[in-house]
Amino acid sequence: MYRYDEFDQAFVRQRVAQFRDQVNRRLAGELSEDEFKPLRLMNGLYLQLHAYMLRVAIPYGVLSAAQLRQLAFIARRYDRGYGHFTTRQNIQYNWIRLDETVEILEALAEVEMHALQTSGNCIRNTTADPYAGVAADEIEDPRVWCEIIRQWSSLHPEFSFLPRKFKIAVSGAAQDRAAVKFHDIGLYLRRNAEGEVGFEVLVGGGQGRTPVVAETVRDFLPKRHLLSYLEAILRVYNLLGRRDNIYKARIKILVQSIGIAEFARLVEAEWAQMDGSSLDLPEEEVARIQAYFAPPDYPAAPEVDLAAQRRAEPAFDRWLAANVARHRVPGYAIVTLSLKPTGGIPGDATAEQMERVADLAERYGLGEIRTTHAQNLVLPDVRRADLQALWRELETAGLAAPNIGLAGDIIACPGLDYCSLANARSIPVAQDISRRLGDPERQRLLGPLQIKISGCINACGHHHAGHIGILGVDKRGEEFYQVTLGGSGEEDAAIGGILGRAFSAEEIGPAVEALVDTYLELRADEGEPFLQAYRRLGDAPFKEKLYGTA
Amino acid sequence: MALLKDGALAEDPWTLPGEADELPAEAPAFVSLERWQAERERLLGRNAPLGLRLRAEQSPDTVAEELHRFAAIALEFPRFQDGRAYSHARRLREHHGYRGEIRAVGQVLRDQLLFMQRCGFDAFEIASDEPVEAWLAAMAEFSVFYQPASDGSRPAWRHRLAGTQGGEAA
Repeated sequence: MYRYDEFDQAFVRQRVAQFRDQVNRRLAGELSEDEFKPLRLMNGLYLQLHAYMLRVAIPYGVLSAAQLRQLAFIARRYDRGYGHFTTRQNIQYNWIRLDETVEILEALAEVEMHALQTSGNCIRNTTADPYAGVAADEIEDPRVWCEIIRQWSSLHPEFSFLPRKFKIAVSGAAQDRAAVKFHDIGLYLRRNAEGEVGFEVLVGGGQGRTPVVAETVRDFLPKRHLLSYLEAILRVYNLLGRRDNIYKARIKILVQSIGIAEFARLVEAEWAQMDGSSLDLPEEEVARIQAYFAPPDYPAAPEVDLAAQRRAEPAFDRWLAANVARHRVPGYAIVTLSLKPTGGIPGDATAEQMERVADLAERYGLGEIRTTHAQNLVLPDVRRADLQALWRELETAGLAAPNIGLAGDIIACPGLDYCSLANARSIPVAQDISRRLGDPERQRLLGPLQIKISGCINACGHHHAGHIGILGVDKRGEEFYQVTLGGSGEEDAAIGGILGRAFSAEEIGPAVEALVDTYLELRADEGEPFLQAYRRLGDAPFKEKLYGTA
Repeated sequence: MALLKDGALAEDPWTLPGEADELPAEAPAFVSLERWQAERERLLGRNAPLGLRLRAEQSPDTVAEELHRFAAIALEFPRFQDGRAYSHARRLREHHGYRGEIRAVGQVLRDQLLFMQRCGFDAFEIASDEPVEAWLAAMAEFSVFYQPASDGSRPAWRHRLAGTQGGEAA
């Protein structure tokens, strides 16, 4: 993984010093809350319902064991002993004191981390495929370009006061595990007819109250031009994006209002005027960064036949089927650690769990951990021969729920339990559904099913992209939940459609069970997953089941 | 209001007459884009430096062919959260090769000063109630920049390639 050099070190130290000065001026009353707010937001510090929340950047979801231990230390020392992994591969702490934030940033800087640009109307932490570099279906490792984007976007002088927040995601694999099409800019590494690798560039995706699937602005961009092309897109948006209405300020609204063709024309015209030779990185610098992501020397690992173990232990079999993915190197596997135990809070991890994971990453892997946008953790390099031993350890740590991509792998925002924007609670609904569908054998039978819950229309829980999406709404002071079906955040990205009237907090769990039962009754066979069945069947049978009308 | 220029507080020779007021015959003066468009010939006949003041939604492209007639261009930040002027300034410097003064006006706060300077601003109308040292310190908070902009400073990757050190921050 990337390691800071003297310049990166100096930069984060100077950033901490700058923020210390800003906090001191706020505490001394020299800065009004209005003036301080964008400054603290640039640093991931939100004022929530009960306390400050600090969101720490995990660049493209890559952590070392030492970094994860430091995150555990921060959870224990400055929070209440846990942290919450977010849908943008970051971690947030919900019980932070303003006067301790500088200490936390210092602790982060010690392990080459920061909280820069995890909120505010700037370029946010770039996200990526959590299997980057090890996925069997990958064209090229996206982390190299994520790190290049991270550096370029850090305190970018021109793009720190955009009309609205700006999110970039990169994937280099056939399967989209990074929800690329729901980002302001989405980048897919592609190989063209000549065999050259470049980017397909998409713009204008997003969720919130106006969900939009991103459209392609350029089919193929040679990699070396990435930064100048990003500058051109950002500049067009910075100049033309709406600033009069916060709900219409994202780039998706601009792209929709002028159309993708006109937007592309503006970007290309701006790009043509730029001096690419000064903006784009020279080959030597790309190579320098690339070297950090060079594949490690994998010690030869035997391909083991796990059939006997699987037969002997059905629980291991279920875990292997759901939580273990194919590694590009024979004899190795990618293991996802579920942060979704039955009845738990999606994405939460205790300090002890983080430390356990750090230890396991060193003992069973190469000391690296990934975070996923589905709020789980990944050990990217596990020898297949070690899988059963690792599984036993994960069981005792409460990290082995065999539910990755299944009904129990629910994404939920913090909701009204923490967030000042929410209309309704998300966590208790997630816990309720997780218990109802918790039986591992039932989940296995149900197959791939993504349930996503947002506590308000800002859609931090990605409900638009859920096979089953749940949106909390406020009806005369009471929490209600609207159901959408058919969304997807992957390469077949789609926005779920609203099924009908909303359900009360008591009704929503049984309603989801009814949807799942309907699917089981109507699916063509075990090989037809929920989303596919829904696309074949349409709304009608689900509506009839829930509302008694077609 | 005070004027910060070349790293110090400076006398401001410029004025911004009201739309209906006569321009001073000898002193440099800013005019709005509307006034420039309405009174172009008369303004060109003056014998003193002319400046153009643009609102955030007014693109310098509108006067691209005539930029050499302006000794200074003032770009407005209606609120400090409105970042359009950063892009206007960079385009002025990098696309149009504008070498005159680019002045930041409107809500100009010290926490944005470094961003402005990096985008090509070289004069700043600031509130006069903060000591100038604080403003100058804000410009020197970083010695490392990750991206080239319009201020000529070398991004980290250029230092890496050349094997040179970034300057030490104050």
